[in-house]
Amino acid sequence: MTTDNSGDVRLSGISKTYGSFTAVHPLELTVPQGSFFALLGASGCGKTTTLRMIAGLEEPSSGTVHLGDQEVTHLPPYKRPVNTVFQSYALFPHLDIFENVAFGLRRRGIKSVKKQVEEMLELVQLGEQARKKPHQLSGGQQQRVAVARALINTPKVLLLDEPLGALDLKLRRQMQLELKRIQTEVGITFIHVTHDQEEAMTMADTVAVMNAGRVEQLGSPTDLYENPQTTFVANFLGTSNLIEAEVDSKSGEDIVLRAGGGKLVLPESRCGAPTTTGGKVLVGVRPEKISLTHADDAGEIAENRNRITGKIADSSFIGVSTQYVIDSPVCPEFEVYAQNIDRDPRLVPGAEVVLHWNPAHTFGLDAAQDIDAGVAEVEEEAA
Amino acid sequence: MATVTEAPPLAPAPETKPPRKRGRWTPYWLLLPGLLWLIVFFALPMIYQASTSVQTGSLEEGYKVTWHFATYWDALSEYWPQFLRSILYAGSATILCLILGYPLAYLIAFRAGRWRNLIMILVIAPFFTSFLIRTLAWKTILADSGPVVSTLNTLHVLDVTNALGWTAGDRVLATPLAVVCGLTYNFLPFMILPLYTSLERIDGRLHEAAGDLYAKPWTTFRKVTFPLSMPGVVSGTLLTFIPAAGDYVNAELLGSTDTRMIGNVIQTQFLRILDYPTAAALSFILMAAILFMVTIYIRRAGTEDLV
Amino acid sequence: MPVVNWLKRHLVVIAGLVTLAYLLLPNVIVTVFSFNKPKGRFNYQWQQFSTDAWKDPCGVADMCGSLSISLQIALWATLGATVLGTMIAFALVRYRFRARGTVNSLIFLPMAMPEVVMAASLLTLFLNLGAQLGFWTILIAHIMFCLSFVVVAVKARVMSMDPRLEQAAQDLYAGPAQTFLRVTLPIAAPGIAAGALLSFALSFDDFIITNFNAGSTVTFPMFVWGSAQRGTPVQINVIGTAMFLVAVLLVLTSMVISNRRNRQKA
Repeated sequence: MTTDNSGDVRLSGISKTYGSFTAVHPLELTVPQGSFFALLGASGCGKTTTLRMIAGLEEPSSGTVHLGDQEVTHLPPYKRPVNTVFQSYALFPHLDIFENVAFGLRRRGIKSVKKQVEEMLELVQLGEQARKKPHQLSGGQQQRVAVARALINTPKVLLLDEPLGALDLKLRRQMQLELKRIQTEVGITFIHVTHDQEEAMTMADTVAVMNAGRVEQLGSPTDLYENPQTTFVANFLGTSNLIEAEVDSKSGEDIVLRAGGGKLVLPESRCGAPTTTGGKVLVGVRPEKISLTHADDAGEIAENRNRITGKIADSSFIGVSTQYVIDSPVCPEFEVYAQNIDRDPRLVPGAEVVLHWNPAHTFGLDAAQDIDAGVAEVEEEAA
Repeated sequence: MATVTEAPPLAPAPETKPPRKRGRWTPYWLLLPGLLWLIVFFALPMIYQASTSVQTGSLEEGYKVTWHFATYWDALSEYWPQFLRSILYAGSATILCLILGYPLAYLIAFRAGRWRNLIMILVIAPFFTSFLIRTLAWKTILADSGPVVSTLNTLHVLDVTNALGWTAGDRVLATPLAVVCGLTYNFLPFMILPLYTSLERIDGRLHEAAGDLYAKPWTTFRKVTFPLSMPGVVSGTLLTFIPAAGDYVNAELLGSTDTRMIGNVIQTQFLRILDYPTAAALSFILMAAILFMVTIYIRRAGTEDLV
Repeated sequence: MPVVNWLKRHLVVIAGLVTLAYLLLPNVIVTVFSFNKPKGRFNYQWQQFSTDAWKDPCGVADMCGSLSISLQIALWATLGATVLGTMIAFALVRYRFRARGTVNSLIFLPMAMPEVVMAASLLTLFLNLGAQLGFWTILIAHIMFCLSFVVVAVKARVMSMDPRLEQAAQDLYAGPAQTFLRVTLPIAAPGIAAGALLSFALSFDDFIITNFNAGSTVTFPMFVWGSAQRGTPVQINVIGTAMFLVAVLLVLTSMVISNRRNRQKA
């Protein structure tokens, strides 16, 4: 950890309301110097509003914003040591690339900008394009100009508002790596807003999942994925199979649950909900953690694994894996992703199967939540 | 490590400076000079005119407001033929503009290719020659001994138009036809430009889609292109009809005393006879009539947001 | 029947070109008759070729004087209407305020009003106030009817402008004044220029409103109107032709320049 904390972003009790609508509920959040932080959520969840309050483009209804030890809550954007890469870039159409990049320097009264701008354009590999107008560049090039235009001011914090949203899939992958490289190189705090969970997980070292103006969960990508605390996070980040179960008993570190006649084991440390015998819990497991065995071979499954029986309703081959939908008594649409290593030819729609997995991969959630929270948001973003 | 907790909802908001409220009065300062100009030199004159229209008196003794509404009745009963003629001529010119202008707008929007800019310039460029000079040119074109009139004569077109009362004898000049022809010519660009703007917005693939769905070219036009160009048709017809109805230049230069329009009467009353109440009343009736017709037309056409 | 088919396919093109010819015919006549040597006072019939008028364009009494008055009025009216109209357009697009509807109709109405009505009512005002008719009353009237057109042109441009551009400028250390000067104004410039150009054309060519409010001042359109009664000098056609040529040349040059610039950059 560095001792320099001038790039820390500290939000305390910050909120934003528009009339009777609350876009962001009072929020406490600290982003440490030098981290790559992602705000992840569906459109309208308050992530962009939060970002704009840090940039100074939106006045918070309550609370304060600190950069390091300096309070900036009421500073206008042009007085904050923070720069933004805007959604769809907002490059000035009447200025060429050179002047776009030089804009911030010139406004701060720096006269000789040539060397700095040229170096910056080299960093983003656009040295040749300096005298072109923005509309003459491709989407990926425009994106790099937007990054260069912000970074040249060596801000304490760089804000990125859906920076890759306008690019096609392949270019997006490439730019994700590129941005990660630049961040490591310059060591500035990056705060990145996105609706794309894959983008957030690839680039950020800390992700905050936002829903309806609140942060649902915050942590490293692995932590969020493996150990979701709410149904929204479980469904929004990747796919989860969620089953309603009843607490049967406790044995040592584990909780034993009853679901549809069978028994499932859940490590107590992986359960985010209060458990009393007879109470309800939502049990979750990720599709790729599950193995499929034909019902005829059920005897070969190791004793200590969680198991559920069912019938294959549908299967689709997608190259690296085959995705199955299983109709089981506990859940009519159980999803299973099986890697294509040794394919059992008997696993076709209609076949009776046993699903089984290591209990360590099971997680438990509070049953009082909406079991489908976050599903609609994923479909909406995909559309 | 980053941390997150939700602040207790009932906790009092931290002591903060009041939010920036700059620029609350900015819009009013921006609006003020321009709006004052319009109020003083557009709205106020309307009020003055309304008051003048109910005054009586004479130039020598001065005018007084006597609520003499009979001026309106007298003006209408004396000049209704000119009113009727204005609406008739302006209406005919508007329809002619639509018929003539639509193909040209369509040509520029869909068929001109690399000639598009050139044709556009040719449509706009005549604007730069004073419209009075161009209107006078029609005196030459429609001259009694000119090629246009003799051709129409040989083809017996003039016999037909004479029968309809559009022309008289072997002449075109100084007849209703000449006036309508001049009005059409003068306001044609006001029809073409809005038509072009709305046609140009139509996605060319819609034509292909219509063709793909078994529509013949004419059906495609009737069912797809024309309905989509309606905003252009509505604003084009308004931009043509309104100025044409108030025009007196064409009637004066190309017509005769039998083709005088209401604009001519207002102009004469105001600038030569100096009968201000009658002139004001006529002008008010014209304004009311046009606003009334335009409102009904916009309602019927269903395009409320023209500006 | 290949001919019939060809006609059918190109019907729109043919009809369009006929209209174009109808639009351009008077300009051809104006040009041709600028080389005429008429016998009487009127220049409506072709007599014989002559370049006299082109050699002495200001040879008619008062004509060039009226031209200069028209140019002055058009320049000042353009300036006034563009400044006032641009301010209104920005207020309408950028701010929420009361009485928007009233403001909008006050701007729409002058465009939906027959000129003769505006002309007559404005004259009533001036007569009631006892104002001296002339240069200033013409200028006032021209700014009034050009204003709305500027508002419409600028409004369209400012509305289509991405608000994020101004936010980006603020984010890059430009204060409100700098943001306006360096970003907002340059991007709105084409709309403002279009409004100004339209104002100039409308003002320069206006006859009806001017005729009512001019007093004894004579603008170029009024000179032409008067000459239609007294006798039309060939010089009128010379001026008309020259204006047409200058306009076309200006537009063509600007197109060639912008084409070349684009090609160099691409």
